[in-house]
Amino acid sequence: MVNAAYSLALLPVVGFIVNIFFGSKLKLKGALFSIACIAGSFLCACLLLRHVIAGNSIEQSATWFTCGKYSFSAGLVIDQLTAIMLIVVTLVSLLVQIYSIGYLHGEKNSTRFFAFISLFTFSMLGLVLADNLILVYVFWELVGLCSYLLISYWYNKPSAALAGKKAFITNRIGDAGFFLGIATLFYYLGTANFREIAEKLHHGGFDPHIITIAGILLFCGAIGKSAQFPLHVWLPDAMEGPTPASALIHAATMVAAGVYLTVRSYSVFSAGNFSLQFVSYIGIITSLLAASIALVQNDIKKILAYSTISQLGLMMVALGVGGYTAGVFHLMTHAFFKALLFLCAGAVIHNTGVQDIRQMGGLFGKMKITASTCFIACLAIAGVPPFSGFWSKDEILLAAFNHNKVLYGLSSLVAFMTAFYMFRLYILTFTGKPRDPHLHPHESPKVMTWPLIILASLSAVSGLIGSPLTNHWFSHFIYFHPEHHIEVNYLVMYSSIAVGLLGIAMAWLFYKACPNIPKALAENYKPIYNLLLNKYYIDEIYDTVIVRPFLALTRFSFSFDSKIIDGSVNGTATVTIWISTIKAWIDKYIVDGLVNLTASMVGAIGIVLRRLQSGFIQNYILLIFTSVIIIVLLKLI
Amino acid sequence: MIPLHHYLILSALLFCIGLYGVFTRRSAIGILLSLEIMLNAANINFVAFSKFVTPDNPIGQIFVIFTIGVSAAAAVVGLAIIVAIYRNYKTIFVDEINIMKW
Amino acid sequence: MWSNYIATSLFYGIAGVIVIFSILSVTLKNIFYSALSLIVALLGIAAIYIYLNAEFLALIQILIYIGAIMTLIIFGIMLTLKISDKTLQQHNKQQGLSFLVSGALAAILILIFIRFKTTEAVSLKAVSLADIGKELLTTYALPFEVISIILLAALIGAVVISSKDM
Repeated sequence: MVNAAYSLALLPVVGFIVNIFFGSKLKLKGALFSIACIAGSFLCACLLLRHVIAGNSIEQSATWFTCGKYSFSAGLVIDQLTAIMLIVVTLVSLLVQIYSIGYLHGEKNSTRFFAFISLFTFSMLGLVLADNLILVYVFWELVGLCSYLLISYWYNKPSAALAGKKAFITNRIGDAGFFLGIATLFYYLGTANFREIAEKLHHGGFDPHIITIAGILLFCGAIGKSAQFPLHVWLPDAMEGPTPASALIHAATMVAAGVYLTVRSYSVFSAGNFSLQFVSYIGIITSLLAASIALVQNDIKKILAYSTISQLGLMMVALGVGGYTAGVFHLMTHAFFKALLFLCAGAVIHNTGVQDIRQMGGLFGKMKITASTCFIACLAIAGVPPFSGFWSKDEILLAAFNHNKVLYGLSSLVAFMTAFYMFRLYILTFTGKPRDPHLHPHESPKVMTWPLIILASLSAVSGLIGSPLTNHWFSHFIYFHPEHHIEVNYLVMYSSIAVGLLGIAMAWLFYKACPNIPKALAENYKPIYNLLLNKYYIDEIYDTVIVRPFLALTRFSFSFDSKIIDGSVNGTATVTIWISTIKAWIDKYIVDGLVNLTASMVGAIGIVLRRLQSGFIQNYILLIFTSVIIIVLLKLI
Repeated sequence: MIPLHHYLILSALLFCIGLYGVFTRRSAIGILLSLEIMLNAANINFVAFSKFVTPDNPIGQIFVIFTIGVSAAAAVVGLAIIVAIYRNYKTIFVDEINIMKW
Repeated sequence: MWSNYIATSLFYGIAGVIVIFSILSVTLKNIFYSALSLIVALLGIAAIYIYLNAEFLALIQILIYIGAIMTLIIFGIMLTLKISDKTLQQHNKQQGLSFLVSGALAAILILIFIRFKTTEAVSLKAVSLADIGKELLTTYALPFEVISIILLAALIGAVVISSKDM
């Protein structure tokens, strides 16, 4: 079984290496080879799932390196949670790659795409297999890298390159927190292994405040990777990448890594005294924010992106209110139906060439399979029984209901908005009359429709494993000790059905029955409409508050750099020139009557900053060694 | 006989001389030369410790063989890069090669 | 006794030569001369190896460093023409601070090393070439192979990088 786990993780690496070096010479530019590798992985994942269902679990680790009195181990753990994640990752990856054969047909460099997808699959599998936080961090960065590579897949397009950069930098902010969290935990508990952390916390004796801080820091990583508020801005831009990559990375798997991390380190969160509340608050803020933005967006992929953010927020809410099982369950079902939605959107974009849903319409007649699978996905995400989304969302709402009525109400509002915007998308895209006569859509080739059909059937039935029909099998399979019994609460269940159906009905009313309402609403509530359409101006706020001042500062330092011609490092002569330059500066501005103390202070800061950023590598080396000597001297004294 | 710390002091001096070269040389080849001095300083340390600490085990000498191999590889690749840069930019002064600077 | 005295003073002579020529090689204006003075310094280091009972390494030092690497570097200097021009500024403007920093580092290192008062070696059983060979092909077989692969890769890489169409 351990061999199965190793081959599971290593097959995609083989796919990556072979593809990146010889892919262009292989059949279909290497697509078939990497699909074969992922298929092998998927079979291994099935074997492992059977093994785990039989009640076994695998844990294996070896010492990685020793540093002083600490020794770091690296190993893999396969328990129920991992087994489910493995199935989800390999299955979605497999289907997405099959789909990509059709989607990227005729693309010149599709080898690169398949290679990156293989690398991504490997990193994601590594992330879920890893048994300690440090290893998770390594794979965490790897998936971030793959995400960057795939967002910027069309690197000739400036917007794609920018989006990749944005995703990378935004993620780094969260990752810094994540790393501090790992360091804090390691410092106080002396281990990074998940099981040992849980055991130590179980024995108690740690300051809950510190554990809370560690939990919140860990959650920073999840905020970045799972695109939670306030770091959610990268995900909508990430839609510049190829749609299959969005389906796999930015809908089904990588963005769920944050949720997975929270689930994995749940013992840390539940040992702290405020961290779980923090998780649920962030989750609900994100969820409401993203769902309300999705109401008015017109780009089909942007809607799905905001929907993803909102659903991830719901998962966080579930985890925050103690719905451990519900969060994982929704993660799984969401992976299926959101991947399906993205692939449907990809099929539409591929066959029409536009992304704006106002230009579409009436596609049902032309693309029957795509439209009907998309319909199933919409039903699933809107929470209509018996589709998968209903069961998982219902469990989240139930957990929220038992914990905090306000959170329950807000989550229901999110569910309502979800149903509304998904059916707005569906109605505008597939029903009615074609709005743009220039479009000549047609059904996609079989290689693209079959993955849709498989995902649609999974979206339809995968929820049943956690439904009362199977006696909540899923909640007996994955739980955070102690296993708690799920009571069927009919009030919650019926109200969630009602909320979903209400959302669908509203969408039908707005966009089918009386298409004038939306326009009138937008006219009458223009400020709100603009606020939503511009995503609460968060990007602009970040731009003015962080990006612009920073750029201005660097530009200022740069102009200063070019003004003083020779970097004067030493010698009184140069220092004198220096001082007199500053004096000249001050003089000039005092004479002009423009300057005050602030300006000269900014100038002084510029001088200091310019020293550090001379751009000459030797200067940097000198700086490094100077600091080494200073540190040594401090130690000696 | 010469005591251990004299070898170590010799190697420290060499290392710092090489470091000075790395700090101040403008041409990439000059930096490469200084790097070779630093590597040699490390090698002297290896051999000296090998003789004084583990006299019946040649581990230090073997390490030096590896170091020499690696530094040969580094020199070869470094010179290839320098030649390629020189062909394209007609300079090998590191402070003039700033195409990657924004 | 006398021979011992001579050997000892010879050592300090060689060490002085090494230090002086290394300083020359980092400070000389003409890069070609500095390569030549580095060769002298490397020869001195080879002599130091002989003092350390590492005759094989001394041989290797001369063969590889002076015979191969330095030749290569001199070729490099000749290929990148004009850089040995005396009118060009060969050093950048941070010499003073660099001198301070490397001097301070040297001072710190020397202060630390002075405390290593292990004057006499424990045993002076010379390690034979056969020992080195045996170790290389048994205990260190893997690193040995790796180093050969690195050299091969460097070889190919250098050819590729410096080929005309790059």
